[in-house]
Amino acid sequence: MQQQIEGSRAVADAVALCRPEVVCAYPISPQTHIVERLARLVSGGELAPCEYVNVESEFAAMSVAIGACATGARAYTATASQGLLYMSEALYNASGLGLPIVMTVANRAIGAPINIWNDHSDSMSQRDCGWIQLYAQSNQHALDLHIQAYRLAEELSAPVMVCMDGFILTHAVERVDMPSQADVDAWLPPFAPRQRLDPDEPITIGAMVGPEAFMEVKYLAHAKQLQALESIPRVACEFRDAFGRDAGEAVGGAGTVGGGGSDGAGGATGATTGGAGETAGLITTYRSEDAETIVVALGSVIGTIEDTVDELRAEGVSVGVVGITSFRPFPLHAVRAALAHATRVVVLEKALAVGLGGIVADNVHTALAGRSAHIHTVIAGLGGRPIVKASLRAMLADAVADRLEQLTFMDMDWNIVERELQRMRASRASGPHAENILRDIGTVAAGPV
Amino acid sequence: MSPASTIRFYQTGSIAVGNRLLDPDQRSVQADEQRSNAITCGHRACQGCGEALGARYALDAAMRATGGRMIAANATGCLEVFSTPYPESSWRLPWIHSLFANAPAVSTGIAAALRAKGLDRDIRVVGQGGDGGTVDIGMACLSGMFERGDDVLYICYDNEAYMNTGVQRSGATPPAARTTTTPAVGPAPGASFTQGKSAPLIAMAHEIPYVATATVAELRDLEAKVATAMTMRGPRYLHVFVPCPLGWGSDPRETIHVARLAQQSGLFPVFEAHDGEVTGVTPIRRQVPVEDYLRTQARFAHLFKPQPHTETIARIQAQADRNIRRFGLLPDVQGGS
Repeated sequence: MQQQIEGSRAVADAVALCRPEVVCAYPISPQTHIVERLARLVSGGELAPCEYVNVESEFAAMSVAIGACATGARAYTATASQGLLYMSEALYNASGLGLPIVMTVANRAIGAPINIWNDHSDSMSQRDCGWIQLYAQSNQHALDLHIQAYRLAEELSAPVMVCMDGFILTHAVERVDMPSQADVDAWLPPFAPRQRLDPDEPITIGAMVGPEAFMEVKYLAHAKQLQALESIPRVACEFRDAFGRDAGEAVGGAGTVGGGGSDGAGGATGATTGGAGETAGLITTYRSEDAETIVVALGSVIGTIEDTVDELRAEGVSVGVVGITSFRPFPLHAVRAALAHATRVVVLEKALAVGLGGIVADNVHTALAGRSAHIHTVIAGLGGRPIVKASLRAMLADAVADRLEQLTFMDMDWNIVERELQRMRASRASGPHAENILRDIGTVAAGPV
Repeated sequence: MSPASTIRFYQTGSIAVGNRLLDPDQRSVQADEQRSNAITCGHRACQGCGEALGARYALDAAMRATGGRMIAANATGCLEVFSTPYPESSWRLPWIHSLFANAPAVSTGIAAALRAKGLDRDIRVVGQGGDGGTVDIGMACLSGMFERGDDVLYICYDNEAYMNTGVQRSGATPPAARTTTTPAVGPAPGASFTQGKSAPLIAMAHEIPYVATATVAELRDLEAKVATAMTMRGPRYLHVFVPCPLGWGSDPRETIHVARLAQQSGLFPVFEAHDGEVTGVTPIRRQVPVEDYLRTQARFAHLFKPQPHTETIARIQAQADRNIRRFGLLPDVQGGS
């Protein structure tokens, strides 16, 4: 059914269609609208039998999900930013115990300085915690990925994190196609856990493991992710068979994953493909097959990049886009194949590995080991800074002219940075960076320095 | 009230001989050869471990009360480590260990799942941990579990320090006690005198249905309190005093005796509370000065060398006297409770 609704509501309703039995969450922007909607559905009895637990922290939210899932209940939670970090210890525990919990991460920056706006620092910081990480490009994509996530999680006995850009997606009202309960029921069987706390068959979960077996247990987590590289495309294809469209594809529209922005602009030649066969669900490609320069990105920014690509293509510039949907497991072969003919690869990412540069770029480097393509890292959109077409055009013009440095920061105000660096050189007691910079740009009244 | 709660033996050793004089249905759970052995033999606890003893009595009593329909969640700590050296397990009930701080929240999750599945009338939930996992790092999760009214019995086995990591101070470590992070050196040796942190009183402040304390010196009392707790719904809290020979520097064969001295000196008040109000105390039968208790343990040895630190011992005695007044532990010393 076509609905014009907020992204958070689309996700909440999709989760509801999956018939969760325990929903537990702690409020943090921009995740709140999702769990508010679910609380309303549970309180109204629409999800019965389902329990909603108002917990005292994100650490408790994940812990309640662990207890519920280990008892055989389908569990859901959602968080963002600081909240994801606060539950970090429990994230590793959930994956280590093989508990198929599904969680939404409404991607948001990490402080200090505190910032509620979107980037990918939160989920990127947890990339090695053993969870499958899927990145949504649009509200439709987010909705569909949640329905796929429970299938994946429960097949693999591994937790799945669906990452969607905070505010940009969670708070955007878009048209989505909401599957029917009957269709989701037919697609998603009841949860049949691999292990369950049950007095009739008592088991011990969470025993202490020493050096004699620890590496093997950890390898199994890696093997499970490698298995997911095969499960994700299969589940994506089964989703297409069941619902009559690819994940993220709008019914009756052009085949778009990247949001409404590229509707029409790309036309028939510009259809994003969710990847056929073995790459389905892992990556998306847009006008990349013959592109000399390919931008690699994750999330909602792909829509803006696709629009920019259309403009540049009209001007005769050979550019395309590869979107990474599955960041964990990282689809090395799919990425390598999609970038096979590119001479330049620009990885545009909303997180910064301080002291190194790009996190996604580092992974793309691994995928392209032994290849001669130039790989550029562009750090963009941190803390909600808009990523606009003009900046993308300027950056791509530099890339195509081989003027783009290996690591760049999109729309950085270097004057502000230099002023603060000078202040630090002048005085050890130079004060807090963020407050100095806000004073420099006039956001706060000038006070005593 | 279960029958056991009306029967008390004054034990002089660790063998409750009076048990044999009772009708079989009034004997202790441990005297029953049909007991569940929820934590069975072969685990790796130290000799004289109070926690292993307390857990055995508490869980078997809970298993009897639930007919074996029970799930346990365990915090990280000695109890978890000594009971589950992979691939072995001492647990003969469904048991999960997740993390150090989250045993109450994992218990909540289990209870929520049971409710969603319509199994909450059939299967009960017990959470457990040591004092570090309960009164320090797990306090937020515990408080959340209390205030939400989750249907969980949480049992804290209090040995007054982080024993599993090598005897470091916890929020439950008593004043002047030597631990590896409160060494017996300097002008104020051992743990500092603070206002303290009573998890049972904190639990009572949540006005939960049932809060009780117990020691391994009165194991029938411990069993009875578990049985009482399992007749109720909602959050229940049991705080069990369990000496640690290794951490306290006490003789392993003196564990019961040390626990009894803690109760009879007034340092560890044994009481019950319903809905936030104290409803019963175990009176001190034969009061002993705190010095008798302190002298049993090397962690307090610095208080007696080279001669007794009378001022410090007097401060500890004052704490015991305050407990006696506050909880009315001596029939002839009435105080507000």
